[in-house]
Amino acid sequence: MLESILITIATAATPLLIAAMGELVVERSGVLNLGVEGMMIMGAISGFAVALTTGSVWIGVFAAILVGAAFALIFGFLTLSLVTNQVATGLALTLFGLGLSGMLGEGFVGRPGLKLGRIDIPFLSDLPFVGRLLFGQDPLFYVSLLLTAAVAYFLFATRAGLMLRAVGDNHTSAHAQGINVVAVRYLAVMFGGACAGLAGAYLSLVYTPQWVENMTAGRGWIALALVVFASWRPWRVVAGAYLFGGVTIGQLHAQAQGMAIPSQLLSSLPYLATIAVLVIISRNRRLTMMNTPASLGRPFVPER
Amino acid sequence: MMRVELVKRPQQSALFSALSPFIALLLTLVAGAIMFLFLGKNPVDALYYFFIEPLLETWSLHELAVKAAPLILIGVGLSICYLSNNWNIGAEGQFIIGAIAGSILPVVFPGFQSWIVLPLMLLMGVVGGAAYAGIPAWLKARFGTNEILTSLMLVYVAQLFLDWLVRGPWRNPEGFNFPETRSFHAYAVLPEIWPASGRAHWGFIFAIVAALVLWFVLSRTLKGFEVKLIGQSPRAGRFAGFSRARMVIFAFLVSGALAGLAGISEVSGAIGQLRPSISPGYGFTAIIVAFLGRLNPLGIIAAGLVLALSYLGGEAAQISIGVSDKVARAFQGMLLFFVLACDTLIHYRIRISRRLRAKGVEAPAGHA
Repeated sequence: MLESILITIATAATPLLIAAMGELVVERSGVLNLGVEGMMIMGAISGFAVALTTGSVWIGVFAAILVGAAFALIFGFLTLSLVTNQVATGLALTLFGLGLSGMLGEGFVGRPGLKLGRIDIPFLSDLPFVGRLLFGQDPLFYVSLLLTAAVAYFLFATRAGLMLRAVGDNHTSAHAQGINVVAVRYLAVMFGGACAGLAGAYLSLVYTPQWVENMTAGRGWIALALVVFASWRPWRVVAGAYLFGGVTIGQLHAQAQGMAIPSQLLSSLPYLATIAVLVIISRNRRLTMMNTPASLGRPFVPER
Repeated sequence: MMRVELVKRPQQSALFSALSPFIALLLTLVAGAIMFLFLGKNPVDALYYFFIEPLLETWSLHELAVKAAPLILIGVGLSICYLSNNWNIGAEGQFIIGAIAGSILPVVFPGFQSWIVLPLMLLMGVVGGAAYAGIPAWLKARFGTNEILTSLMLVYVAQLFLDWLVRGPWRNPEGFNFPETRSFHAYAVLPEIWPASGRAHWGFIFAIVAALVLWFVLSRTLKGFEVKLIGQSPRAGRFAGFSRARMVIFAFLVSGALAGLAGISEVSGAIGQLRPSISPGYGFTAIIVAFLGRLNPLGIIAAGLVLALSYLGGEAAQISIGVSDKVARAFQGMLLFFVLACDTLIHYRIRISRRLRAKGVEAPAGHA
């Protein structure tokens, strides 16, 4: 019982973790992309539709990654090349993604989808208690953890990561040092989009293998909150994502047990928890100020 | 090799300030025509059904006013927020809570029937919307909590709360278990403007009045100057003695109040009861309205009518040429992209220069 709860928590946490990890890199480069929800829902529909049409879940997953990155490219072009307001452009990306996905997905509503299977590592997955939890999950669960390790390594142990952080903390001096600020940010934004697309595909190919309009249900926004919660540190995002996974699954179990609390009230818990967590984090202003990339959301036009 | 670069204008271009929304609309129409081509429809027909046909009949002009009312009301409120650099994106939630608060009298006390009911309902709607917007505002002013995320999270909470009310305690006892409240009695219904010709209700008049009042406040009063100064330069605002925290609260309360008024007007004027879903995303579409109107209340009136037309056009095109009404949402999102992109022309000049670069010579630092 407990084991199966823990496994479902991991399935609820994985999409949040993947999307938040992408946004973390974007924000570390000094760009605030509020379009996570839109890129995620586009990943969900394109992953679902491509998997169903080609018959291959993996082609669906790759399509979702590509579509997410392409969507992010629209955002990148506007905010980086045309220097539009990042907040407004991110919102536009979300609104456009929700609208477009609803339109594209109309023919797929109610159709049974494909599901990405679990990996079974022989012997290890038969271990008591931790066996299935650690060695018998879906492949993207492992991808999400590898991604975290890779991002942590990239940001804090490589030269390119240092460059990316320099761009995010002070774009003027990074530019003066000869770093191509706009190019670094383009790459970061597209990486973020690819991650959001992958997270969306996780929803429509693993979490609930079907297409429902607006099926991301605010997860893209929660991923944005997780980045703040984690104060822009990769491993803290894991903690945050599993915390939210726990709240989500906990309330679902409470609903299934038929508790006297109305289901709608329980369903609103993850959103209320997000607000609570944001308040707790922001109360410690010094901590927030210290970790926020200093150029976050500020426009940059290279001087010539 | 050609390069395209942006050169900051010494001052904003007045020409492009006026032109940019129109260029954006034009580009959206072109992109829309291409989209219809991909969907296998004749683009000229599609655009006709989308944007012209709804304007040809009186009843559908009334529908236009019905849809424009909440968009304009919410949009002008958001303009105060965005001008002062407060990112309220939870207007959808404030709309819902305003509708719920305003509906307390006709739903919980249906026996209370008097001419005073309607004014009280409107007042409660305003207070409900403002109070709900007050939550993210207070959190931002007090703790510095990111208002974008908190206001958006509260939208989901409001939607779930409404869902619970209409399926649970507020469900119509004589309603055969449908998830809806009892219908509002005659004293609780917002009157129509010209009942003989169509459905347009007083909400549209509220919207026009609100836009005119806010236009006056923004362009002719000290408060309006304060809103814009704090938005453009918080430092200058501080030196002028304006409080940023108080501005956060002010902007959110005004926009929440207007969203709440929009909510109760919609329920009492257009729907006549509460249902699980009372808005086709007005609170989010109003963000597009605010930007298309260039955050100017008078511009927002026009922008609200344009976006209302896109809702109507979506319905009309679904009936006449069989494209999904979801196309309208995609259109709206696309429009905001073009609006933002065209606004660049106001602040920057685009310079296209030809630069010959000798082979093997490194580009100067930062230009690689």
